[in-house]
Order: sequence, then C-alpha cells, then structure tokens
Amino acid sequence: MSLAIDYAPPGKRLRQQTSRDDRVKLGFMAVIGLYLIVALGAPLFVMLSKSLSTYRFDLAAFEFQVSDETGKTWADAVTAEALNRDLGVVTEKDLATNSDGRLAATKFFPEFNFRSPVHYRIRGTADGAAFLVGSTLEKGIEWREYDSATFRRVVLRPASTFGIENFKTYFSTPALARSIYNSVLMASISTVVTVSIAFALAYALTRSCMPLKGLFRGILTIPILVPSLLPGIALVYLFGNQGVFKDWLLGYSIYGPIGIVIGSVFFTLPHAFLIILTALSVADARHYEAAASLKASKWRTFTTVTVPGARYGLVSAAFVVFTLVITDFGLPKVIGGQYGMLAVDIYKQVIGQQNFEMGAVVSVILLVPAVLAFVVDRRMQKRQVALLSARAVPYAPKPSGRRDSLCFAFSCLVSLFVLGMIAMCQIAALVKFWPYDLTLTTKNFAFDLMDGGGWAAYANSIKLALLTAIFGSVIVFAGAYMVEKADGFRLGRGVFHFLAMMPMAVPGMVLGLAYIFFFNNPANPLSSIYGTMTILVVCTVTHFYTVAHLTALTALKQMDPEFESVGASLKQPFHRLFFRVTLPVCLPAILNIGIYLFVNAMTTVSAVVFLYSTDTKLASVAVLNMDDAGDIAPAAAMGMMIFYTNVVAKLLHAAVSRGLLTRTQAWR
Amino acid sequence: MNRHMFFMLVGAMSVALPTIASAQTELTVYTAVEAVDLDRYKATFEKAHPDITINWVRDSTGVMTAKLLAEKDNPQADVVWGLAATSLLLLKTEGMLEAYAPKGVEALDKKFVDRDTPPSWVGMDAYVAALCYNTVEAAKLGLTPPKTWEDLTKPEYKGHVVMPNPSSSGTGFLDVSGWMQMWGEEKAWSFMDKLHENISAYTHSGSKPCKMAGAGEAVIGVSFEFPGAKAKSAGAPIDIIFPTEGSGWEAEATAIIAGTANLEAAKTLVDWSVTKEANEMYNAGYAVVAYPGVAKAVEHLPSDIAAKMIDNDFEWAANNRATILKEWQKRYDAKSEPKS
Repeated sequence: MSLAIDYAPPGKRLRQQTSRDDRVKLGFMAVIGLYLIVALGAPLFVMLSKSLSTYRFDLAAFEFQVSDETGKTWADAVTAEALNRDLGVVTEKDLATNSDGRLAATKFFPEFNFRSPVHYRIRGTADGAAFLVGSTLEKGIEWREYDSATFRRVVLRPASTFGIENFKTYFSTPALARSIYNSVLMASISTVVTVSIAFALAYALTRSCMPLKGLFRGILTIPILVPSLLPGIALVYLFGNQGVFKDWLLGYSIYGPIGIVIGSVFFTLPHAFLIILTALSVADARHYEAAASLKASKWRTFTTVTVPGARYGLVSAAFVVFTLVITDFGLPKVIGGQYGMLAVDIYKQVIGQQNFEMGAVVSVILLVPAVLAFVVDRRMQKRQVALLSARAVPYAPKPSGRRDSLCFAFSCLVSLFVLGMIAMCQIAALVKFWPYDLTLTTKNFAFDLMDGGGWAAYANSIKLALLTAIFGSVIVFAGAYMVEKADGFRLGRGVFHFLAMMPMAVPGMVLGLAYIFFFNNPANPLSSIYGTMTILVVCTVTHFYTVAHLTALTALKQMDPEFESVGASLKQPFHRLFFRVTLPVCLPAILNIGIYLFVNAMTTVSAVVFLYSTDTKLASVAVLNMDDAGDIAPAAAMGMMIFYTNVVAKLLHAAVSRGLLTRTQAWR
Repeated sequence: MNRHMFFMLVGAMSVALPTIASAQTELTVYTAVEAVDLDRYKATFEKAHPDITINWVRDSTGVMTAKLLAEKDNPQADVVWGLAATSLLLLKTEGMLEAYAPKGVEALDKKFVDRDTPPSWVGMDAYVAALCYNTVEAAKLGLTPPKTWEDLTKPEYKGHVVMPNPSSSGTGFLDVSGWMQMWGEEKAWSFMDKLHENISAYTHSGSKPCKMAGAGEAVIGVSFEFPGAKAKSAGAPIDIIFPTEGSGWEAEATAIIAGTANLEAAKTLVDWSVTKEANEMYNAGYAVVAYPGVAKAVEHLPSDIAAKMIDNDFEWAANNRATILKEWQKRYDAKSEPKS
C-alpha cells in the first residue's frame, strides 16, 4: 500500500489530502497509544519501583539518653547505632524488615528493668525517624522522656529506602520461593494434559466422520463462559471430603495439586481446543493421498502429516494454556489447599498481611514466566509459513468404523466431564445444606444476605461487561485500524503494536495491583477514577486487549489495501471510507470482539479483585468472597448466574451476527 | 472514554448534590460488620440522628485494612465503625486515627477501650475463639469431642482439624496470639508444632473453618463463636466448644479517621456507638458487647462467654505481629507443602 503513495506523482492537492488524513490518523493513534501507556505501561513501572521499595531500621537515626537512679542527671546522648556496635544485639539481617516492622528500644539496654527508677530519653536525629510509644506514633527531633515502665513500650519503626532486599527476603523464605516451582510444575502438567486432550478432540472433529460434531463443539466451549473459580467449587462437591466420588481419588485429597490440575484442564480446554481445531482444519488432501500411495501406515501418516501440519497450533495452544494456568488465581484459591501458587501468594501478601511491597515482588516474579512464554510463542509464530497453497485440495475424512467410534467415545467422555462439572454446581446451588439436608431450595440465591455484594454485584457485572464490550470494541478496533491502514510512521506503529501485544503477558493480578499503586495516589491527576466503574472498565479492556487486537487486525488484513488507494485517488477523506466500507465489512469481527470482551468481563476475577469498591462489587468477585467466607453453595449459585448470563449473551450475539451477515455481507 | 464517563458522573453529581446536601451531613463509614447487619445499624443510628446519613463501604477485615492502609495519604473514610481493634491499632501506629473520648466512654468495659487517653478507638463487641465440632462426622469416625486446646494435639484428630492461617486471617492471628499470651511463647510454639501435625488445611478466612466443619469437610474447625451459631441455625450438625483454658478474642471497634472534613458528625456517630442503645443493637448477633450488663444470651451460644475471654493485650499483639508471623511462616508454611 505504501508503494502507491511513495511513488505517486507529486500532485500537490493529492499529497495535502493524504497528509491531512495522516495527521488525523496519527492523532488518533497517539490518543490510543497514550491510553495504553496510561493503562498499562505507567502502572507496571510504578509497581516495579514499589517492589524495590524496602523498609529498614536506621539505627543512626535514633538517639538515647539514660538518667541515673534519681531520674535527674543524664548521661551523654548516644545513637542506637553506637549502642549496637558495642552490644551486637541486632544483626544486619534483623535490620531488614517490612512496612509493619517494629524493634523494641529496650534491646539496646541489657540492664533495662521496667521497675527501675531510671528514666530514658529518645529522639530522632532526622525528621523522618519514627517510633511508637505503645501504639502512639511519635516523630521528630524533640527529646521525649519516659519512665522505665513506659520506655518498655517504645518500639522503633523502619525507614523506607530503595534496594533489592525484598527480593532477597523472598528467595530466602522457602515457603514463598517454593511457589515458583509449584506454579511452573502445575502449569507444565496441565499444559501437557490439556493439549493432548484438546488435540484428540480437534482430531476427532476434523479427521473422523463421527456424528454430533456441532454439539460437541458447543459443549467443549462451555468452560469459557464460567469463572475459573467454578470448576474449583464443582471439584469440592465432587471429590471433597463429602464429595460424591470421593473414593475415586483413592484417599488422596482434592485440595492441592490434583484439584489444580483437573480444574486447570477444565477451564483451559476450550482455549487449546479452538486453537488446535483451527490448525487442523486447514489440511491438504494431497498430502494424505501421497502418504496413502506411498503405502505409509496410519501411524506414520499421523506422525508425518497430521501432527507436523498442526505443530504451530500445538505450540500456540501450549503457551496459551501455560500462561493461563500460571497466572490464574481463582482456581488455586478455591481448591489449592496448602499448595502455594504465585498468584495466590500475591493475594495473601496484599490482603492477608497488607504487605504491598512483597505483593509487588511476587508480581514481578510472576511476570517472568508469563513474558517468557509469550516471547517464545511470538518467535515461533513468525516462523510459520502458509501451509495451503492455491492448489491445495481440502481434506475430507472418509468413514472408518473403528476410528469413528473411538473418536465418538472419547468426545462423549470429555463432554461428560465438562457437563458433569457444570451440573454439579447447579445441583449444589439448589440444595439446602450439603450433605446433610438435600431438599431443594432457592435460598442460596438470596445473595443480599451474604458477603460479596448481593444482587447489586450481579447488576454491576452486567454493566461492566456491557461497558467493556462497547468501549473496548471501539478502542481496540480504532487502534488496530491505525496500525494496519495508516501509512508511514513505522516506528510509531511498531511501538503501538508492541504495546497492544503486551497485556497478553501481564497477569490480571499484576495489572490490578499495579493499578492500585498508580491510580490510588493523590498526586496522580487520574486518581479520581479510583474506586469507580471507570477504573474497572479500563482495567478489563486493557487486560483482554491483545486477543481483541489480533482479531481486529486479522479482519482488517483481509481487506485489500487497494480500497485506500482508490479512496485517496477519489479524494475521499479516510473517515468516509472507514464508515462506508471498512466498518461494515469488518462488522462480524467487531461483534466477535464485543462478545469476547463481554464474556471475559463477566468471568474475570484476578484483574479486578483489588480494584472494586463497595459500589462496584462484581458477581465474579462475589463468588470468590462467598467461597472465602465458607458460603460455598451461594458461591456456586452466583457462578451459575454468570454462566447463564453468558449463554444468553452468546445466543443473542449469534442471532444478531446472523441477521447482520445476511444484510451487510451478501457480497461475500 | 474514561474522561467522558468521569465528566458525566461529575455532571450528574452536581445536579443531584445541592438538593440532598443542604441540611444533611453524609459520612463515609468503612466497616467489616456482617452484611446482614448493615441496614439495621444504619436505620437505628439515623433514627437517633436524622441529620446524618451513613454511606457504608463494606468488605472483609483483611480487604478493609488493606484498603485503609493503601489510602493512607488520601483517606476516603470519615469513620471506621466495626473493624477489628488490631487493624485499628495498625492504623493508629501510622498516625491515621483521630484520638477522641466519646461521651459516656467511662461506662464501657476497660478492655474494650484503647489504653491511651484520649483513646483512638473504642470497642463495640467481641468475637471469641471457639471450636466447631461436627458431631455426625465425629460419630462416623468414633472420635470424642475435645475439651481443651491441648486436646487438639491428640493423634486421633490427625487430618481432621482446620484452622485459619494467621498470616492471612485476623482470626487465625488472634488464636495464635491468644495461646502465646496464655502460655508464653515457648509453650505456645511447642503446642502449635504438635497441632500442625493434625491440621488438614489452613484457610484464608476465619469463619471458613467453622463452615467447613458444618459441611463435614472437616471434623473440627478452629474458628469463632459467631459463624458457629449461624451455621447451627442453618442446620449444620455441630457443637460449639469453648476450650477450658480460655480463648483469645478480638474486639470490633470504632474510630475517627484523622483529617476528616466532617469531624462533628463523626464525633456524633462515635458518641452514639458507645451508648447502651447501640450495644443492645450489637447484642442481636454478638454474645459479648462492650457495655457491661447489656448482653443477653444469643441462640446456640452459652451465656458465660465473657468469662472464657483471656486478658488480651492488643498492643503486645500488634507490636509482635510481624515477628510472630515470620516465625509461623518459617515453621509451618514451608512444612505444609507436600514433600516431593
């Protein structure tokens, strides 16, 4: 497309026309680029600096004076540092602490006795030095005098500095560092299992003649419509200590690695399945014919034709599953038991101990595997070449009794697993008091009487999902249009594309925590959106930006750049072309983006769990909080409400798409 | 787009505000009180003081504390009404609370009032550590009910006890700090070493162990009395046991956030929060309240809970929290991972 412009004759008016258009486009791109910087780059940077913010007792900042028995005559002032040099009561390791650290002042006075008549004075040598008398905060360089009984209650507070101590603490705490190993292990096992199952299913759908393919396809995408907490809850009812199939686990507990893997397979299956299905559906029948004429065995055909043809899909699916599992928070929170996982550690540090710095450290660590997986996947994608040449013949499977029935049986089995989990949740939501009173009731839907936010939370979720779908589609599509159709500014477009790809590698928890640090700062002019629906919409759009962006790009790439050239040569401003041609042609893709954002906004927990406020509680977070408080049945009920809402949204989307397609896409 | 929405909001507020705000003071009140109680508390207070409107911001104790600390430089709350005293002490040490002695505070039980004068927080009611014991599951397993904390270390309970994780649950921490104050640190650690052998899970929430016991996911849940009574009303086959050695406890308390623009209204609310009337209101759910002589027995709970409460030193607990949690994580977090 750039050829047409670069080598166009230097007709004056034409150039002006395009350059004004380009300026407008550049402006648009800058606005959306700025959005991504504010909504993604800046918060992550602030979080990174938070992880380097450490707390340390600065002994040189405190001075003491001790009186004699009369309480009148004072010895020379001496700093805590000098005292410690003589006594060595506080080691270098003890000085590093967290924001909640306290150090008893009496440590520096081995002869201290709280009944003695000796008085003590303490002051800071700098303004920032803070200490507590009991629980009262004192600051400043004024001398303060206390009798022995009160001095017993004096504790020093740490000063904030910068350094890598937090990371040192992290790696020297076995329970925390262990989570890295656990998370990688769980993600790897789940990836292998999920991709194998997904491949088998995709194979069954594309290479066999089994019946009911459409139905299986529908059933297998169900897990996308529920929050990842829901499989956790279902597993508790199925395999918990009072579970229906408890004996199947042979005495092992579902709380822990087993539960995490089964649940992860459930909620990542549709993602892997859809990717591999796409990869397998493009097949060249001539390869199979060649294999057959070379008398290759079925197994050899499978390993030399089928699998290599889908290898990029397999790699892609593996990385998607790996990233999803390692960054997921809801499932291990519900079913993980004592098995430490990185995403849960962030929550424990921030909510349980109010240790924001350590939360930031875990976030930074969680970024590493996610970014690595992302980079490797991108590398692989670049090497992919077109499989289908123009002369390819579409592959059509021939019936084969044994293969087809095997495929059918396997698909039934997996569908049963998916439907069983959902059905279990539905039953749990309707039972009065599991397992002692199995009469049916609707009282678990009386959300207003529980923790979590009640029906208002459900309404908020729908509002969030709608706003995210509407604003998200507009922002994403406009951004993708600028990347694909604007001319020149290669650098700007490159940077923009990079920013748009980044959210994929940023776990939701990390994004949410970064938002607290960035937006909840009175110095930030945007701090007024903190605690509102707006910040939830911004966060959710950003969190799911990448996939939506790629969908829009794919749709735009299908349009011939000639449209732009023709438009320009007819001296049409780009916006006319955009609204008359580009938008109608890409409408199905935009609707897909909308439904994708809607469904994910309904189910997301990790990104918004730190950001909701009382007025903006969400259904998905309510599931988490109700489960946390032990109200598992209402949690299941709310999870099912999310599921049904998403089903309705999907059906509506299908109906609208079909209607629009017949009206606007007749030319296809 | 966010800016657009923001302007729309501001626009809507500027239209709506003048009509409401004329005589009315609105207080933003942060709370961790049970969701079911909020409307009742609000209605009772606003009946007594029609010129003040309460806007609740509610969440669990941990989230509320994290939220308040995160907003340290830019506080959004006027008053905190119904948050753990330990959390309020944490805010106090950050200089976030306005010290104020509410009218009539002398009438309250001393252990429910901050030690300093004027106090930075005043208590409302207490929740007391207790065991929830599932009688149905216990009968299946042939267990006998524990009477003391020490009993929990008996080998017969191996794998049947759940307790909240003190590093992520305030209730968990009150258990641990209670044992330490009763027995001294050394004995408490050796008790927890043995208890750890019997624990099947450490939960993140304080009421969950009791609900797990109620649902038969565990036999014994180390929790507190309130969710026990609630689960029993819902039909859970549990007994609520108060160990004979005594129990750690936590006060729900009230405090004014320093720098509030509505100081007078905030004081009015805190004044009212210590009245006999308010304490009678708290008594609907909580068996122990700060105003002596008010409490009536709550269904499913014994009437002498106050006698089981140990002499809790909140200041000691707050000042030693970081050290205790560090040691706890070192001993049990690492050990509780599966041995591979």
